[in-house]
Amino acid sequence: MSDSPDLAKLIFGRLTWDAIPFHEPILLWTFVAVAAGGIALLAALTYFRLWGYLWREWFTSIDHKKIGVMYMVLGLVMLLRGFSDAIMMRMQQAVAFGHVQGFLPPHHYDQIFTAHGVIMIFFVAMPLVTGLMNFVVPLQIGARDVSFPFLNNFSFWMTSAGAALIMMSLFVGEFARTGWLAYPPLSGIAQSPDVGVDYYIWGLQIAGVGTLLSGINLLVTIIKMRAPGMTMMRMPVFTWTALCTNVLIVAAFPVLTAVLGLLALDRYAGTNFFTTTLGGDAMMYVNLIWIWGHPEVYILILPAFGIYSEVVATFSRKRLFGYTSMVYATVVITVLSYLVWLHHFFTMGSGASVNSFFGITTMIISIPTGAKIFNWLFTMYRGRITFEVPMLWTVAFMVTFTIGGMTGVMLAVPPADFALHNSLFLIAHFHNVIIGGVLFGLFAGINYWFPKAFGFRLDPFWGKVSFWFWVVGFYFAFMPLYVLGLMGVTRRLNHFEDPSLQIWFQIAAFGALLIALGIGAMLIQFYVSFRHREALRDHTGDPWGGRTLEWSTSSPPPAYNFAFTPRVHNRDAWWQMKQHNYERPTADFIAIHMPKNTGAGVILGGISTVLGFAMIWHMWPLAVLSFIALLAVAIGHTFNYQRDYHIPADEVSRVEAARSELLANHV
Amino acid sequence: MSAHTEHHDDGHGHDDGASHSTLKGYMTGFVLAAILTAIPFWLVMTGQFEKSSTTAAVVLGLAAVQMIVHMIYFLHMDAKSQGGWNMLALIFTLVMVVITLSGSIWVMYHLDHNMMPSMMDVKSLP
Amino acid sequence: MSDIQAIPLPGQPSTLSFHLSEEHHPQHGTLLGFWLYLMSDCLVFACLFAVYAVLGRNYAGGPTGAQIFELPVVALNTAFLLLSSITYGFAMLEMQRNGKRAMLAWLAITGLLGACFLFLELREFGHLIAIGAGPQRSAFLSSFFTLVGTHGLHVTFGIVWLVTLMVQVGKKGLIAENKRRLMCLSMFWHFLDVVWIGVFSFVYLMGVLP
Repeated sequence: MSDSPDLAKLIFGRLTWDAIPFHEPILLWTFVAVAAGGIALLAALTYFRLWGYLWREWFTSIDHKKIGVMYMVLGLVMLLRGFSDAIMMRMQQAVAFGHVQGFLPPHHYDQIFTAHGVIMIFFVAMPLVTGLMNFVVPLQIGARDVSFPFLNNFSFWMTSAGAALIMMSLFVGEFARTGWLAYPPLSGIAQSPDVGVDYYIWGLQIAGVGTLLSGINLLVTIIKMRAPGMTMMRMPVFTWTALCTNVLIVAAFPVLTAVLGLLALDRYAGTNFFTTTLGGDAMMYVNLIWIWGHPEVYILILPAFGIYSEVVATFSRKRLFGYTSMVYATVVITVLSYLVWLHHFFTMGSGASVNSFFGITTMIISIPTGAKIFNWLFTMYRGRITFEVPMLWTVAFMVTFTIGGMTGVMLAVPPADFALHNSLFLIAHFHNVIIGGVLFGLFAGINYWFPKAFGFRLDPFWGKVSFWFWVVGFYFAFMPLYVLGLMGVTRRLNHFEDPSLQIWFQIAAFGALLIALGIGAMLIQFYVSFRHREALRDHTGDPWGGRTLEWSTSSPPPAYNFAFTPRVHNRDAWWQMKQHNYERPTADFIAIHMPKNTGAGVILGGISTVLGFAMIWHMWPLAVLSFIALLAVAIGHTFNYQRDYHIPADEVSRVEAARSELLANHV
Repeated sequence: MSAHTEHHDDGHGHDDGASHSTLKGYMTGFVLAAILTAIPFWLVMTGQFEKSSTTAAVVLGLAAVQMIVHMIYFLHMDAKSQGGWNMLALIFTLVMVVITLSGSIWVMYHLDHNMMPSMMDVKSLP
Repeated sequence: MSDIQAIPLPGQPSTLSFHLSEEHHPQHGTLLGFWLYLMSDCLVFACLFAVYAVLGRNYAGGPTGAQIFELPVVALNTAFLLLSSITYGFAMLEMQRNGKRAMLAWLAITGLLGACFLFLELREFGHLIAIGAGPQRSAFLSSFFTLVGTHGLHVTFGIVWLVTLMVQVGKKGLIAENKRRLMCLSMFWHFLDVVWIGVFSFVYLMGVLP
């Protein structure tokens, strides 16, 4: 390597040993811990001979249920990473006052808040939302799988490839120091010449391909694959919200792709879109990225609204109140979410006319959202409510989200926003709606659908422990930020001078510790539930007394979901079937047509990771090679015409007979 | 309970719901498209209108018409294909395109006007 | 609501049927899915058009559209693309009557016309870069190169896809899968034409107006 530096530069681009952070003890020890854990995991997989099983049953699987579970695992793993960033920031801000500098120097602190935002939105909330939709939607509409099963697998691996690139930035090079939306000119090549922003761009672009394709896939699934009789107005509310979310994904993510592409051109090809010279306009970036960014928050919250609707109806033992208004509210939010993007930059200076328009549209969104809250409350009214864990999360959501929604309306007033923008008040607001709205919903959904996915319920005791730590911790962590924000403390600071502020940051840090205990309790919950899985076993397939079709099949469902496609006459299809004393068919099974597993998705995802890495480090020959490989594998895959097979009728009979026996023994 | 809804998805979709194209359809589309392309080029290259804004308006108008021609004769758009979902998706996308384009122009124009009044004069120069 | 049906007495069988006894065949989703992809692509172009609309007059002292656009070349290019659209249409007509050889011939002509279009576009780009009007010169040129280049990149992928499909039709014949793929490519190709209408009107023709 040393005798021909030119060759090394050609092959390795900007990558040298200096990129490995030996001099940063925090990163080094994290790396040692991650490496040790990773090696232990790989060794265990090898020791227990699980590679073949994982490859055959999971990685190459095109079963929507397994892909859904893999998305959830990805999201939960990344939650741990994103949360460790969060707790480091809270600790730093709690101690770094006056002459105490804390343990995070600015250049490291800046990477941490950027990584925290990027990971929590793109690699925690998105995979968890996509995972739940993937798992639940085909079951709810009575389908055997999604419309494009291979594409589903490919989408998952592209999302994982993006996540892998972001994780790599921890130990090879650095991550962006620009904040989660990488505003230029700071993210331009002049101000950020390092690889951080490139990790950001390629991580998001590759994951974005996965997100877009999975959005198209689920849209077509919902439109084309519904069971006979399930008209649009008979779809379960979660499916409705999934439909609207995927509409938003298909209509919003192209904007992100385009704007990040332009930023990449500025950085790689020297164009002048967002530079400060030669006619570039950085404000155009801000404008465009929020055209994506605002729909994005509705992409996250709408499925959560769907989860609450399912949970509230099930645990109140009532039909959902105001189904029609719920659907229209969802559709109205979908359209309105495109008309509010400027409220993220009222202070940029577009003036009174523009600001008033966007302020008013923003306030209008609270109307359909409020309608939804009332629908849930009226569903609970006079219901026979059981406070299982999913229902607890739902109630906590209704209180917390209402507070977050009201502070949102405050921020929607442009003059108020001039005082509050970029302050901790804003941070408190969006954590209030994203944790109190999206995350609580996802936890409700995980507790609600877990028995469907794995055949046993989650332990309710540890679920409640986790719930209380999370909720109390949330209020301790974020209410002080509202106070600080009103006092004028701005975001993204790693050091403060005024000692009177410190107490609020210490309270917030205490809240973060409580949340850490909540996450710990959740991990214990998974472990304990697995240990006691026989006691928690769900033999019926309908542990909660559910109302929609996913509860009509066994837990976990067979590969083909339903031996015979259900016929739907009612919005609460399974509830009606139960009321009509429906007897599941036990004979005359027919062969079922199913898609075949394929490794193409994993391979394409892997090559994309290499391509992204090569582009980040300017390893041009490797980039060209991996691009050609990507194209070749993709084209090669289209030459495979044998993509499906039949599950023979005997096999179906065997599986269904086993279930009949189970039901006879346990009900 | 309506019986007809139950048959609505049951179609076996041999032709994937695609409309069949005809030679006449393609030729009509082609001739219209050729005319609609030739007119704006002719207008601009020979400078028929005195005012640029008139030419610009006509060019954009003809472009919109030509896009519709392509949609109908080449992409076979109609209200029925794919059960109306194609048309719904197209209309939704057009709304999004209009919001993105006009919104960006509106926002950025006011921004430049308020924040960089001096730039406005420079930029209006050729 | 029409959704509320009478509940049978306990123990009595229901009059409603709750499952199909034969295999359910939902409609194939490929064409709709591909259309949705095109709609998302349309929004990518909408962003690039928006960028051109906002930055397209920021010449930064560099050349203007009126100085660098050669309308006769653009007209020729438009003709290539328009012709390729109708030849693809002829290929689809041949596909409908299962004329494999004629269809392949029309596809080849379509691909050649696409290649001519790309050749002229690359020649224009090369010329502009040579006279110092490359994409780095000004925000106007950045957005011009990116918008037109993105369209060109799509045409390039269209040609790669077209060649792949010709090989696949050659090997497997006009089977249902291949017909579906040809219909997707048809939508893609005509969609690029629609985008080009926007490009020549909004960028080239309006760009040379005084």
